[in-house]
Amino acid sequence: MTDPRSRPVLRESYAPPPVMGRESTNLGDILERVLDRGIVIAGDIRVNLLEIELLTIKLRLVIASVDTAREIGIDWWERDPWLSGKDRELVEENRRLRERLNAVEERLLAWEERTELEAGERAGERRGDRQAEARDRRLGRSPGTEPGHE
Amino acid sequence: MSENHTDAPGQGVYLYAVTPGGEPPRDLRGVLDGPVRPLSHGGLVAHVSDVPLDRFGEEPLRRSLEDLDWVEGVARAHHRVVEALAAAGPTAPVRLVTVYTGEEQVRDLLDRRHDDFAEILSRVAGRREWGVKAYLRRQTPQPAPVPPATTTAGGDSPGMAYLRRKKENLRGREDLWRAAAERAEDLHAELGRFAVASLRHRPQDPQLSGRSEAMVLNGAYLVDPAREEEFAAVLGGFRDRFLDVELTGPWAPYSFTSVDLGAGRAGGVR
Repeated sequence: MTDPRSRPVLRESYAPPPVMGRESTNLGDILERVLDRGIVIAGDIRVNLLEIELLTIKLRLVIASVDTAREIGIDWWERDPWLSGKDRELVEENRRLRERLNAVEERLLAWEERTELEAGERAGERRGDRQAEARDRRLGRSPGTEPGHE
Repeated sequence: MSENHTDAPGQGVYLYAVTPGGEPPRDLRGVLDGPVRPLSHGGLVAHVSDVPLDRFGEEPLRRSLEDLDWVEGVARAHHRVVEALAAAGPTAPVRLVTVYTGEEQVRDLLDRRHDDFAEILSRVAGRREWGVKAYLRRQTPQPAPVPPATTTAGGDSPGMAYLRRKKENLRGREDLWRAAAERAEDLHAELGRFAVASLRHRPQDPQLSGRSEAMVLNGAYLVDPAREEEFAAVLGGFRDRFLDVELTGPWAPYSFTSVDLGAGRAGGVR
């Protein structure tokens, strides 16, 4: 059989991710493959990958970002605390809190808008001004500028 | 633990992949930098290296696998071996940390699972796996919001205007997401036309992908060499101001050898 790899195709369009880890191939891509795919057979050394915490680590790593997941209809990412790695734990927790905060804010805005629309015609503008100012202070950031995970 | 059939006391045999034979790459090094050797039996070759059981036994593994740095080291070593083998010919990679107590057990495996391996190997022979990831561009412009002033007669309070803007912004973002998800769907379908097999994996978190943009497609495609150019040509058509499309590979056919051959004689691992 001829070696299919001798054909130098597809390289033209391959752009490596700008942020590289220790080695050239993205760790996430590798972990996805060696942990999740390939042939599963029983060795003599019985390590049930599903039983140990690794699975949680793996899921947390491979897990979709919440927005993406929601859009694509995945909703299983919930619960369980991030395990090893202190920095990661904090980053993760921080992110989760920010997401919850966002959700709460959006709900609050929708609620306030409803109330205001109802009351607005009668109660007038002064209250609206005050609330807007308060909200500006509270939000203190524009949407879509979440800091990256460094 | 099952029967202790150890070749050298305290040594286990780490299995990377099974191939149909041929000349294995030279000087291959696996986990713990151990030399990888071919173990031929019944027309198949298992590629293995020795590992100390005090580090690759059940208990130590249980602990080590929770250490992401350790996992990374082993994963990269495992992957390196699989890649080298796949570059040389059809390869069926097995999952990380598949360890036997001796060579005899590996031969036994090749005996019992001969037909399964042969079938998997023939499916991937001569084909390569490619990964395609699509990201929603961060700088994607928001759809122009309707000027709030035009929507109300009778004068808008600044608070009301603020709320309306905020709401329109949110709606714009949702539309964007929906559109991006649809484009990703189309891209996957289009790529599938040139692949022997294709499947979608979970989108990766930015922490894992190394990119801050949200991933909307994480696909794997098994492609015949003759169709690779057409396959690659699809990507260009989907790169625009909304989506960034990234190609990775060629990979060993990890995604298309994803089968559970079960526990064999002893039952157990699921």
